[in-house]
Amino acid sequence: MASDNTAMVEMAGGTEQIQPAHFAFDATDEAAIAMHVAKYPAGRQASAVLPLLYIAQERMRQTTGSAWLPVVAMDEVARRLDMPPIRVYEVATFYLMFNTTAIGTWHLQICTTTPCWLRGSDEVVSMCRAFTGIKGWGETSADGKFTMAEVECLGACVNAPMMQVNNDYYEDLDAASTRELLEALARGAPPPIGSMKHRQGSAPEGGPTTLTTIKA
Amino acid sequence: MLQDSDRIFTNLYGEHDWTLKGAQARGDWDGTAAILARGRDAIIDEMKASGLRGRGGAGFPTGLKWSFMPKTESERPHYLVINADESEPGTCKDRDIMRHDPHKLVEGALIASFAMGAHTAFIYIRGEYYNESKNLQAAIDQAYEAGLIGPNACGSGWKFDCFVHRGAGAYICGEETAMLESLEGKKGLPRLKPPFPAAVGLYGCPTTVNNVESIAVAPTILRRGAAWFSGLGRPNNAGSKIFCISGHVNKPCNVEEELGIPLRELIDRYCGGVRGGWDNLLEVIPGGSSVPLLPKSLCDDMLMDFDSLRAAKTGLGTAAVIVMDQSTDLIRAIARLSQFYKHESCGQCTPCREGTGWMMRVMYRMVQGRAEIGEIDMLDQVTRQIEGHTICALGDAAAWPIQGLIRHFRPMMEDRIAAYRASLASPIRMAAE
Repeated sequence: MASDNTAMVEMAGGTEQIQPAHFAFDATDEAAIAMHVAKYPAGRQASAVLPLLYIAQERMRQTTGSAWLPVVAMDEVARRLDMPPIRVYEVATFYLMFNTTAIGTWHLQICTTTPCWLRGSDEVVSMCRAFTGIKGWGETSADGKFTMAEVECLGACVNAPMMQVNNDYYEDLDAASTRELLEALARGAPPPIGSMKHRQGSAPEGGPTTLTTIKA
Repeated sequence: MLQDSDRIFTNLYGEHDWTLKGAQARGDWDGTAAILARGRDAIIDEMKASGLRGRGGAGFPTGLKWSFMPKTESERPHYLVINADESEPGTCKDRDIMRHDPHKLVEGALIASFAMGAHTAFIYIRGEYYNESKNLQAAIDQAYEAGLIGPNACGSGWKFDCFVHRGAGAYICGEETAMLESLEGKKGLPRLKPPFPAAVGLYGCPTTVNNVESIAVAPTILRRGAAWFSGLGRPNNAGSKIFCISGHVNKPCNVEEELGIPLRELIDRYCGGVRGGWDNLLEVIPGGSSVPLLPKSLCDDMLMDFDSLRAAKTGLGTAAVIVMDQSTDLIRAIARLSQFYKHESCGQCTPCREGTGWMMRVMYRMVQGRAEIGEIDMLDQVTRQIEGHTICALGDAAAWPIQGLIRHFRPMMEDRIAAYRASLASPIRMAAE
């Protein structure tokens, strides 16, 4: 297994990551795996690699508190799908949403692409840094609660600036509401997802000006 | 101005019930069996007559695209792949369709698949749209349960399966052949064309890839007729479209309007105007980050449709309108887009892999003004060495924002360089010599 561990050190940008020795899916996972694999034609089970990696990453979150993919988990996915392990490593490192090193409880994925930047994503980033004490991207706070990541456009641009925390979007942020969000997360009580200004989806602030005659 | 009665996405903002019951109350799944009974050719002809052009960015006629699929099924099954990998900066319309009006997409998937002889559709949704994918999956489950899709879809005798496939955070997978690679369980590296997907697509089988919005409008077009749809908008730019207006407007929002609406009306009527008033406008990116910007002088009378924007050397793209006012450091705004493309390049083609990083580094020097005047021309030349020299359009998309900046705002870049020089040649330093 030495060669695998060497590969992982490179994937993680040289950072040493302690690799667990064991990984196992549970019964719920098995049902989900069967459901996903059945979507694709016989012999094309490699198509299920993204869903299986998601299931593995979520299993890690539930069992260790950190959503990431150790080598043993990727190897298990490879075995299930009859893929060479290297093909699974390639996929896991190509797609940004898979973490090949451990992360904190709350993954703060802050969009800083132009539409969010125009609306003040710098403020959101500064508040996150000040609150968590995190200096660089991809780092985890000393208490293990937060990891900060800079992400590219998340497709919620009319509700900018925004960030994704684990799976959920928080939109229409400013410094104050970012602080409010972080305080709630630190307490382990995430606020309702969506607009922090309580906007109706992508409607203009103050309420929709079209579709006002639609009643159902 | 579009009336509510002509709007297709009547639950755009999620004010109403998005589940099957609510969708049916708004007219979805009404007479779907009768639409299928018209037959493949009649459906494709109606879509052609409607003038619908693809809503994912390229604006290729949807009906024509459907007609490229083989007429008869061989031993290779046909597939419909729906591109829900919405990742073009500024764009957030498909998200609203999937979380608030998912049944329009599922019904459209059935009709489009039937018209192309496909029994299976995959909806490839960007991984970050986790909650949206849950609504979409729920809508699909409801449709199965009601017999609207499945072994005998809407009682038509047509077997139809629809699956959601989540991506995992790679912009490049929005390119149609990269999407097929990703669906096959590989890295999202675009394929060379030809062969085109209609001949050799998913698993080597005939495949059509359509944008979410293109598919989701199809049922309404077929119910209300091609003449109704083509009566909206402008000639060769038919119909309505969801616009996403972000950036420096008072009230950013999504809104469905007719193609050809004046840009100024779009911003003033729906977004409460440009922050600080129309005269405070600096420029607009009219169709998502990949298209060249328009300076205010061209925005004053610009019409928002494919052909008008093309004539102004830009494009409608995804109709994601990114507005910037006079306070914007425009060079930094474009440099950040260069950073985006550098991050999202898949690395397969040398001009893009090396070029996007090179352009980003030069652009960030241009932000400071730490450059030679002659480097502006060099930068422009390099963009043209990347554009058209890569397998997919990401290279083009990375080049165009910079070309737009240089075309319209060269004096701003020159001033920045001059200001940087002046800051170096300060009186204190002169005195020290």
